Amino acid sequence: MATIYIDNKPYEVKDGRNLLEVCLQLGIDLPYFCWHPALGSVGACRQCAIKSFKDENDTKGRLVMSCMEPVKDNIRISVNDKDAVHFREQVIGWLMTNHPHDCAVCDEGGACHLQDMTVMTGHSYRNYRFTKRTYRNQYLGPFLNHEMNRCIQCYRCVRFYKDYAGGKDLNVFAAHHHVYFGREKDGKLESEFSGNLAEVCPTGVFTDKTLQSHYTRKWDMDYAPSVCQGCSLGCNIVAGERYGSLRQITNRYNGEVNGYFLCDRGRYGYEFVNSVHRIREPAIRPHLNGTSSKEHIIRHVAAKLKEGKVIGIGSPRASLESNFALRQLVGEKHFYNGMSDADHDHTALALKILRDGPVPPAALHEVEKADMILILGEDVTNTAPMLALAVRQAVRQRPMQDAMREIHLSAWQDAAVREAMQEEKGPLFILNTFPTKLDELATRVQRDAPENLIRIAFQVSHSLDAAIPEVPDLGEVEQMLVNQITDALLAAQRPLIISGYGSGYDAFMKAAANISGALQKKGKQPMLNLTVPECNSLGLEMLGGHRLDSAFDVLLHGDAETVIVLENDLYRRADKHKIEAMFRYAKEVILIDHLYNQTAEKASVLLPAGTFAESDGTIVNNEGRAQRYYQVYVPKGSVQESWRWCLEIAQAAGIHRLNGLRHLDDIVWAMSIAVPALEPVQRLAPHADFRIAGQKIPREPHRYSGRTAIDANKNVSEPKPPDDPDTPFSFTMEGFRGEPPAPLIPFFWAPGWNSVQSINKFQSEIGGHLHGGDPGKRLLEGNRNGEITYFLEAPEAYVPIPGHVHIIPVYHIFGSEELSMHTPAIAQQAPDFFCIYMNPEDLHQWGITPGMWVNFELEGHAYVMAAMPNNWLPKGIAAINAGLPQSPVVDLPQFIRMGGDAVSDNIHSSTF
Amino acid sequence: MERPLTQHIAFPPLGLRQYEAVGGYQAARKAVKHMSPQEVLDIVKESNIKGRGGAGFSTGMKWSFVPMNVSGPKYLVANADEMEPGTFKDRWLLEGNPHQLIEGMIVAAYAIQATEAFVFLRWAYKTAAAEIRKAIQEAYDAGYLGQKILGTDYSLDLHLHTGVGRYMCGEETALLNSLEGKRATPRSKPPFPQVSGLFGRPTIVNNVETLSYIPHIVNKGAAWFQSLSHTADGGTKIYGVSGRVKKPGAWELPMGTTMRELIEEHAGGMLDGYRFRGALPGGASTDFLVEEHLDVKMDFAGVAAAGSRLGTGTMVVLDDRTCPVGFVHNLEHFFAQESCGFCTPCREGLPWTEKLLWAIEQGEGRAEDLALLASHATLLGPGNTFCALAPGAMEPLQSALKYFRDDFERHIKEKKCPYHTYT
Amino acid sequence: MLTTAEKELIEHEIRQVPAKKAACIEALKIVQEHRRWVSDESIQDVADILEMSPAEVDSVATFYNLIFRQPVGRHIILLCDSISCYVMGYRDLHRHITRLLGIQYGQTTPDGRFTLLPNPCLGTCDHAPALMVDHDLYRDLQPETLENILAKYT
Ligand SMILES: Cc1cc2nc3c(=O)[nH]c(=O)nc-3n(C[C@H](O)[C@H](O)[C@H](O)COP(=O)(O)O)c2cc1C
Ligand code: SF4
Ligand code: FES
Repeated sequence: MATIYIDNKPYEVKDGRNLLEVCLQLGIDLPYFCWHPALGSVGACRQCAIKSFKDENDTKGRLVMSCMEPVKDNIRISVNDKDAVHFREQVIGWLMTNHPHDCAVCDEGGACHLQDMTVMTGHSYRNYRFTKRTYRNQYLGPFLNHEMNRCIQCYRCVRFYKDYAGGKDLNVFAAHHHVYFGREKDGKLESEFSGNLAEVCPTGVFTDKTLQSHYTRKWDMDYAPSVCQGCSLGCNIVAGERYGSLRQITNRYNGEVNGYFLCDRGRYGYEFVNSVHRIREPAIRPHLNGTSSKEHIIRHVAAKLKEGKVIGIGSPRASLESNFALRQLVGEKHFYNGMSDADHDHTALALKILRDGPVPPAALHEVEKADMILILGEDVTNTAPMLALAVRQAVRQRPMQDAMREIHLSAWQDAAVREAMQEEKGPLFILNTFPTKLDELATRVQRDAPENLIRIAFQVSHSLDAAIPEVPDLGEVEQMLVNQITDALLAAQRPLIISGYGSGYDAFMKAAANISGALQKKGKQPMLNLTVPECNSLGLEMLGGHRLDSAFDVLLHGDAETVIVLENDLYRRADKHKIEAMFRYAKEVILIDHLYNQTAEKASVLLPAGTFAESDGTIVNNEGRAQRYYQVYVPKGSVQESWRWCLEIAQAAGIHRLNGLRHLDDIVWAMSIAVPALEPVQRLAPHADFRIAGQKIPREPHRYSGRTAIDANKNVSEPKPPDDPDTPFSFTMEGFRGEPPAPLIPFFWAPGWNSVQSINKFQSEIGGHLHGGDPGKRLLEGNRNGEITYFLEAPEAYVPIPGHVHIIPVYHIFGSEELSMHTPAIAQQAPDFFCIYMNPEDLHQWGITPGMWVNFELEGHAYVMAAMPNNWLPKGIAAINAGLPQSPVVDLPQFIRMGGDAVSDNIHSSTF
Repeated sequence: MERPLTQHIAFPPLGLRQYEAVGGYQAARKAVKHMSPQEVLDIVKESNIKGRGGAGFSTGMKWSFVPMNVSGPKYLVANADEMEPGTFKDRWLLEGNPHQLIEGMIVAAYAIQATEAFVFLRWAYKTAAAEIRKAIQEAYDAGYLGQKILGTDYSLDLHLHTGVGRYMCGEETALLNSLEGKRATPRSKPPFPQVSGLFGRPTIVNNVETLSYIPHIVNKGAAWFQSLSHTADGGTKIYGVSGRVKKPGAWELPMGTTMRELIEEHAGGMLDGYRFRGALPGGASTDFLVEEHLDVKMDFAGVAAAGSRLGTGTMVVLDDRTCPVGFVHNLEHFFAQESCGFCTPCREGLPWTEKLLWAIEQGEGRAEDLALLASHATLLGPGNTFCALAPGAMEPLQSALKYFRDDFERHIKEKKCPYHTYT
Repeated sequence: MLTTAEKELIEHEIRQVPAKKAACIEALKIVQEHRRWVSDESIQDVADILEMSPAEVDSVATFYNLIFRQPVGRHIILLCDSISCYVMGYRDLHRHITRLLGIQYGQTTPDGRFTLLPNPCLGTCDHAPALMVDHDLYRDLQPETLENILAKYT
């Protein structure tokens, strides 16, 4: 701690920080541009100037940039000094010489850091009378607009995109007052994290293109704290709505999880909520046009329930509450988990490792601190994108610590630290069959058949603990790699092992468990991060439920006649034949879901479910963190939470297991009794009756405009706002104006801070936790004192089977996830589902030229796919794109036969 | 009068043998074979030679910040980017005696135990490039460069890097970025290059004139160096005069020679029909001095006391028939163009001052423009911008506003340039 | 595509520096020496050989005054427009040369013979005004002498 004097008042502050951070943390409004809490300081914009004095007697002082000055004991500075105030105002004056003053037509208007800083410095009148320079804007793809004239050259975009996120195609060009930020030429931005530019940019250069397609001012939206449903990481988001459509997703700061950033799938994948394919009214065949009343349909479903022989199929993309409600509705014995069998096996294994094993799962912010990383068979950029961003930060740890020690720098001295580090990187080893984007950072990359890679990983665990059997017949090169990895693991303080579902091989995770377990035994502090397929896979697994396959059996055998499917397109979960058979055998298929999908097409009853934006619920991410998302708005039609449908049906059917439960809190309470492991969910967030000063928390900012005028064309009297019985939020702008508890922050705003930069007002330390702790509760902490049980069986070495290829899945950030594909901008970027990637030698061997159609059979289905050569695939291994709407729904890996008749007519390769 | 730096200047320059014949490479021999790095450093420190690149920082002090007991590479760079308008002194040394610079670099590199050295030469100096290249090769062939220099354990490689045009490349940290193949934007200090410089390694950047002096100091000692000067700042200095004088040129003279002597004796006085109005004493980024300063002794302290900077010591004379507003506009145009674009005040402020000056010169100035110019002159001052470019740019402006205020006001009042009707 | 000669020269430069990237400016210079200017395609080629992205190479290329990202004439005239030359009559020179060639700064004569560019101080202030054509420096210029000088370049 140090004592510093700001305008002659003493403050106790933490060492190691810079004065800008300190002032912001003390609540002193100091303007800045080039500094960003996650990117550190470079001193470019000169906006954060303050006066620094030698001692008490120094009355003149000198201007310094607060972002570049470290805290030192007894220093004296002034924020209010008149020279400093004047200089800060003039910095805005300079920036305004070229800024177009087009706030009225700028998407950033009202949520603009530049506007805020302009007001903060008091720069009100311009005295520059000459022409402004103008730029040509670029096309940057479907996610972002580019309006370079608004640029104030803070360099934050390139520093985020290039330095922080490793992007290659955005840079700064030219010099003096012509500096230009963009791409070398027009084209889609390549980074998966490009959308963050909209938040990183302090003005309206980079703005959200999807928002623009249904634009509304920031202050005119209803907001709620929410959780991304795009993958298993559970990044925190703020979702904004206006007039019944979801308009925008922005980052919701969570110091433990996603920090300041989101991936583009998470930011842009929301359009399914607004899809024309939404189910909005309950329907019953053959009257799918909505002629039956809701009451009638509920009575119908209730009658079915009373008849018995009902099973329920849950979903890994539905909340704990909805899954639990369905489980209670049909009875635990009749509840099936709704995952594909492979996903279920995978998730169950991950849960077992994380719950029973000694190593606790690593949160994203802990990943960033790892000083050695081993990635086993997982292409995280595509399966858990923000994990890749965290890994990018982690590889800087080692060299950064060295540099900081050697030349006495702090991490926030960004440019200097980068210069001292040069291209140095900490240890990162990647074992993966095909290349990944993180390979460029890796100390060593090993590409081989999955079996062979797993053997290397098992051997690493053996060399850490002889209790794990040796892997026989490992090659010399492989053994050297094993030694290298082992040494690096042992040299590290906080080694991290990453694995997951993406390869389809569970043995990767077993090896990961072995390695981390062995390290734990050696007294290290290893960390483990295992990806699982969907946003609530782990939560559903904790809730239990039978395998999906057995649900089909039960129906086929006539042991059940009615099936209630929860938020699930079964066609994505299992073989088409099986599902089709199920529809034939089941007398009644009741689907509670939000999109009209293949399952909906066959179901006899449809009940419209709320999406994450229209419901309250809890999901559990891949590190076992339960997180609550809240309803943003009351949707049109009869859409409501799935759990609410279950409650209504239960009431109509008189099902005692759900007796007396009416609201979110009730379900959570019942669930924590029924499933003790989920008990902490009860304490995730304040209950519905929570009030501050007797008031609810408003979803609408107090700048919300025109409420009484909205329906003026129909009725001049203001409609009564909807009630929210489930949460402490109101659907209006009325309510408590101050800062809500962290789990209940609907949007970031503070007086004078209309942009996302206001986050600093909600943190107990800049870049640290939110006041009162970050939202979410960890349900898994590892079993530190428990016995370590190793997985003992390593696979045999891979041997190609003559006449066959081995098919493995490839996941894509844009395309493999079901719901985000309803955003046109994302669908546009998905790969072709009808490609099969093969080693060129294999293609040659079977006389296939690239671009030819290949016929093959998988689980009794015939497929025709275009052969794409790929040098990175080992011989005998092929890959297909996983999770795309038309991709084969089969559990991979699998062998397929390549016969002489595998090839049909050639098509022109330029088709692709 | 002794002229150590320039006595052996010749065009074409002396080859290695000729240079050796006049005592060349004696200092390199002495230092590398018979002195410890510390001893070399001590002599240079004792001489109190101040950098000739513009900032006037003590060279010995600068070197002493280089950590001695670190492993890995260390670098020495000769700053030969000479691009400060009005400055043409280094060219003389580079074209006229490249071996002297190379020898100085060998001694300096030895003192800081650098493993590699660079000459960062500006693009336009084509003759210098050819001569340096030749001289480097000769020095390698003679065993003054390369592995195990003169049979000692000390090795040094020396490379010539020619720039691709940017005034910023002369700023020492921007120069390092440029040598790393990057944009020549400056770096923040701390860390200083002596600790984390080229490729993040300890690095010394010195001006050509500074380095060229080193052999002489090592040969003849600190006391000798001090004795050369008229003032407490030791040695001789290369002074230059350009503008409307009879004999523009550069001369090596004792440090502390007066402006009057320079202009009247060495430069032959003003051209017939022109009167002296003022001068930038040390290149474009120094404050004007005027008639009353003609007897100021041109050393670091003397010029500073008169309200300007010695800078590079090459002066640009303003005569009575050149418009001071146009003169300053030309300077600000240069600075605005050469701003790297990294920090706000410089990137946005300089073009503004340029436009204001242009408007005034065109007769479109407004009364309030002078206050705006003056406020820029303070706001773009030292410490307020990221590097010294913008503060340097403000020096001629602020002093012009002081000494030639009448001219500015006449432009505004008469709505035209009183000096000429140039279009 | 880079020629073998260009590639070899660039490879040589790469060997001089601790990281490939550090040869970026040298590589651009090499390309420009061979082709007079650096096209988008050359940016890509340089990027490939240095394992950089084209954006990163272009970021460097566009920073510097003397890397030409547009086609230039057979000869480059760099006219010093800095202070000593200004005092000594640079503007007369400028007016004269633009009339002579019929082009402004940044333009190339229609026959592709000359490109005219302003250039900060050429470091020969005691012989102002001055200009450079390609590698040749001309000093103490009078507008009348320009024609003879330019005649040397075809
Ligand atoms: C914009 C700018 C341009 C500079 N240009 C040069 C230059 O061309 N040559 C030079 O020696 N120093 C130049 N300097 C000064 C250098 O930064 C540095 O101080 C000098 O090279 C150190 O050498 P010395 O200690 O021998 O004087 C420049 C400084 C600035 C701010
Ligand atoms: S003062 Fe700022 S913009 Fe100007 S050259 Fe220095 S760093 Fe660049
Ligand atoms: S925030 Fe401090 S200089 Fe930009």
